[in-house]
Parts: sequence; C-alpha cells; structure tokens
Amino acid sequence: MKQFFSFVKKEFHHILRDPRTMLILLGMPIAQIIIFGFALTNEVKNSKIAVLDNSKDVATTALIQQINSSRYFDIEKSLTDYKSIDAEFKTGKIKMVIVFPQGFNEDLQHFNKAQVQLIADASDPNVANTLANYATAIIMDYQNRITDDRKLPYTIHTEIQMLYNPQLMGAYSFVPGVMAMVLMLVCTMMTAITIVREKETGTMEVLLVSPVQPLKIVIAKAVPYLLLSMVNIMSILMLSVFVLGVPINGSLLLLIAVSILFTLTSLALGLLISSVTASQQAAMFISLVGLFLPTVMLSGFMFPIENMPLPLRIISNVVPAKWFYTIVKSVMIKGVGFSLIWKEVLVLTGMMLFFLVLSIKKFKIRLA
Amino acid sequence: MKPAITINNIVKFYGAKSNKTEALSGISFNVNEGELFGIIGPDGAGKTSLFRILTTLLLADEGEATVDGYDVVKYYKEIRKRAGYMPGRFSLYQDLTVEENLEFFATIFNTTIEKNYHLIKDIYIQIEPFKKRKAGKLSGGMKQKLALCCALIHKPSVLFLDEPTTGVDAVSRKEFWEMLKKLKQQNITILVSTPYMDEAGMCDRVALLQSGKILSIDTPDGIIEQFQKDLFAVRSSKMLPLLNDLKICSEVEDAYFFGAYHHVVMKHKNEEQQLKNYLSKYAGDGLEINAIRPNIEDCFMALMKNTE
Repeated sequence: MKQFFSFVKKEFHHILRDPRTMLILLGMPIAQIIIFGFALTNEVKNSKIAVLDNSKDVATTALIQQINSSRYFDIEKSLTDYKSIDAEFKTGKIKMVIVFPQGFNEDLQHFNKAQVQLIADASDPNVANTLANYATAIIMDYQNRITDDRKLPYTIHTEIQMLYNPQLMGAYSFVPGVMAMVLMLVCTMMTAITIVREKETGTMEVLLVSPVQPLKIVIAKAVPYLLLSMVNIMSILMLSVFVLGVPINGSLLLLIAVSILFTLTSLALGLLISSVTASQQAAMFISLVGLFLPTVMLSGFMFPIENMPLPLRIISNVVPAKWFYTIVKSVMIKGVGFSLIWKEVLVLTGMMLFFLVLSIKKFKIRLA
Repeated sequence: MKPAITINNIVKFYGAKSNKTEALSGISFNVNEGELFGIIGPDGAGKTSLFRILTTLLLADEGEATVDGYDVVKYYKEIRKRAGYMPGRFSLYQDLTVEENLEFFATIFNTTIEKNYHLIKDIYIQIEPFKKRKAGKLSGGMKQKLALCCALIHKPSVLFLDEPTTGVDAVSRKEFWEMLKKLKQQNITILVSTPYMDEAGMCDRVALLQSGKILSIDTPDGIIEQFQKDLFAVRSSKMLPLLNDLKICSEVEDAYFFGAYHHVVMKHKNEEQQLKNYLSKYAGDGLEINAIRPNIEDCFMALMKNTE
C-alpha cells in the first residue's frame, strides 16, 4: 500500500509541476463550457430581415410589429418591389425576407385564408430552418389571437410544446456533450500520454526491474486523473447551473455516479492505448483521431444519430460517449431515475471492464 | 565460490525473420559472487541486449541465464526483487528532486532511505547539498551518482550498471570506479559494461565483447598476458606517412593510432632491429621507437584481428 501511495504522490508531482498539463487539465473544461455556451451557440438571435409589404393594411402592420418586437428578428429594411429581394440576399446582410401579397387583410377577412411568403437564405440551412420556424410561430401566434377574437369556425389549431427545454436552449444539449468530451480528453489522452512518457524516458525500464506489480503502476497512474476529473465534473456542473442556467432536474448523486463510471471507462481506454503504443505522439494521435473525433461526431451531441446512415448508427454503439451522453441528458435534463437508464449504465460498465481487462492483459512486463 | 550470474549460450536476434541481425550469438560465462565483472566492448557490441536479458527486460531467443540462482525467464519476479539496475540512459524522474527520486525508489522496493543509508552514504553525501534540486538540473556526473544511489537503495545482491560512465567527465569517471570498488566490499556482485578500454583494469575480470561474440574472458592481467607478440610505440613528426609505411612493412602485423604514438605489433619476436632499419628514413624527423607492455586496448585490437 505504501508503494502505491508513493506512486500516486509521484504522479501528482508530475502533474502539478508541469504548468501546461495543469492548464489542459483544469483550464480546458472551463474554456470549453464558455466557448460552447456563448460563442458556438446554434440559437439565432437578432437576425436581420427585410419585409416586402405589398398590402400595407391593418393586419400586415400588426404582424410586422409583432415580428420586429421579437428578440429573434430585427427588421433591417422595407423593400418596395419583388426584384430587389435577390440583390438584398446577395449583399449577405439579410437572412430572410417576409413577403405579404396585395390585399392580405381582405383575404383574411373574406376567405378566412391569407398567404405569407418566407424567403430564407438557405446557404446556412440550419439558420434558415430555425428562422422560418420562428417566423411561422409568430404568424401562428397572431392568427390564433385574431381567431379567438372572431370565434370563426373551422380553424385548425396546432399546438407545439417543447418539452424539457421550452426555450430550445442550446446549452441543454451541449453540457452533456462537453462533459463527455472533457472527460474523454482528460482521462484517456492524459493517462495514455503519461504512461507512454515513462516508456520514452526510460523510467519504465527501471520500474519494470522492481518488485512493483504492473497492475499497481497502471492503477496508480490513473488515480490522480480520476480525482482531477471529479474536480472537472464539479466545475462543469457549477458553470452550467450558475452561468448557463441549465438545471439539474434529476438526482445529483446519480449524475456524479454515472460520470465516475464514464471516467473509469475513459481511464481504462487510456491504459489500453498506452500499452499498445510506444511514443507520446502515437498515443496522442490515437486518442485524438480514434477517440476524440468519434466522441464529437458519433455521440449524438453535435449531429443526431437518428439521421445517420445505418453503418454509422451501428458504429456509434461502440463509442462510449454515446451512452454517457444519453445518460446525462436523461438524468440532468429530463430528470429520470436509475430505472430508466440502467441499460446504458450496463453497457458502459461492460465497456469499462472489457477495456480494463484487455489493458492489463496487454501490459508488457518486459520491454519487447 | 558459487556463481551469482550464469549465462549459457545466449542468442538474441532483432528484426523480422527474413532480415534479422544477431545482437548476441551464443554467449556463455559466469560471474562469481562478490565479483566486479566488466563487459568491455564498442557501441553495438551487444552489451545492452545482454543486460536487458539478465535484468528480465528482454527474452533471449536461445540459451538460459540465471541471476542469483534464479532463471531469468521463469523466476523473473524474484530477480526483480534482488537486482539493482542502472540503464545506460539516465532514467530517473527529471521533474522530481534528488531526495524525492531516492525516496520513491526506496519505497517501491519496500525499504526506506534510513535502512540502507550506510550503503549509499559515501555517494549520497556528494549530492546531498543539492537534494532539493530537480534531477533534470543536475550535471552528468551527479546524475550518475544519484542513479547509482537509486539502484543501490534496496541493497541488491547483484548490481547491473549499463555504461555508467558514458558521457561523464574523466574525474567523475575515476570517482565512480572508486565507489564501485567500495561497494564490492559490501559483497554486492557488480556487472558493469563500458566502451572505455582503460576502465577494464578496475575490474576483477573482464569479458571483451565484439559483434555479439566474446573475444576473451580473463582478469585484466590475464588478458594482457595472452598478448604474446612484441609491441612498439613509434612516433615521428610525420605521423601519417609513418603509419602508411608501417602498414605495408612485411614484418609488421598491425599498426594503428594510439594517442600521440602509433602502436606497432610485430609478426615475430625480437625484430626491433629490423623495424629500426625499416624506419631509418624517418631518423631526421625525431623518430622514437620504444618497446612497450600492451594494454587492454592492444589486446582487444589483436583479438578483433584474429576473429576477422
């Protein structure tokens, strides 16, 4: 046991004496949360749009006012003819044009039916889609209000309710994603690198010619990173609750428990990488390309897995982060209990044990 | 005396089967308990491979070896408890201080600095003023001393030192060998390798290793006695033409640079006069011809020529 603690102490010395390692370990999670929270948001605010109002009546004026007052849109320009729309889009300042036909109010009054055209700049399809949805929602809202006033028959009333995240905040989906990413980077890459570093500097040679069991060397390497990951989990959760306003709807204890499970899985993966690579560059490369990219791409955090072709959907199942992402979303945002996530937890536990056993089996007790 | 290390027909290959290079080709010798045994050979002779096989870090392709009575393959765990190993490259933690390194190695061998302080005292006392300094900031000589301390702290029964004096200045090298002599008195068997022939004289016995083969095993004096031919040290102010002339002389077996002189090995005994006559044209260039006693390097050169 004394051997073990002296190993852990040594490992802490390595980490604490290297400012770069410290910066990556503790600074990166905070930086990522802030970058994702404020810069890389997929919410659309204050988009500049133009209006071509061919009708200029009570209804269009009311609608335009309503659109302008929403926080999503800023009406930049009023256009006078249809031909100028194309030129407006080409300047790139305008994201969408709302076109009211002639006699909008009359159509609405007499036929109970009127048309609005939304032309969006779909060179960025996501933004275009979002803007069209926002605008439709505002128009629907207006329609509902006048419908209520008049009590006209035969109006179809569509009600959309956004569950768990009524404001459609991006933070709800990326906080679990960033957690998965940070833990993967810290645990997998850093542990893989520190073990391989001992091989590179030759200290592993001396450690091997000592009575210490290889298992002890490997576990002692992982302990400091487990502790640091817990600090990271806490700081990510605090930032998301207090700075980004993402609530923790489920049990905090359960959330921390599954995070530790995922940390252990990542550590086991790191150990596995370290026992099959011989240089720090190789370890870093495998961690980044082999793990970090799939974590970002295939965990469902950036791109929905449901939309992927079948082969990618199958591959996504071997990405540990996919399961962790699902669990964290369920626990943190939906507030479900263990009974609804046990399957995912089981999969992660299985992966963890698999990687751990494999890495211990692959651990070289000799140099070659 | 029972041998501390036995090596029996060890063969080691590197590389793929089609293109393999032989690092060790059937080496056998024993090292007695409490002996200071030197393996002398140039770079690439196979010294490090042999050390790694004995310290259980590599598996030999053929042959057996034992350390302290334990087989290096079957009982590798036993050997790892009782061997001290100092690799050729400085292999301590550069970001830990001198004291932390020593403490760490003491703990992983289940001992404490206090318990075996008497073993390292003479050496440690020299680096103690710098015990708060990081190991990476030490000079080459001090690094070697610290590495030796770390390899000794668990009172190993066999100590493996792979080129401990490479890259260390002449004064520190001399000090290092003095330390090894003192350690011998503690009844620790020491196997040490070096590319410096002049260090051979400090060992009890030496093995001369070249291209994976042992040229000779004997005491340093024994190896010198094997050298039966006449040897001369020759110099003049025109060294290069002198060497060329020596090389084509029919009475000369071998001639090579040796410091400020050329060493000349004669084919037959008592031919000093013939050599003097042959070199008479250099008489005006300060020619000097001295009969000398061979040293280990002369023996090594002769043995190497014989095996070619």
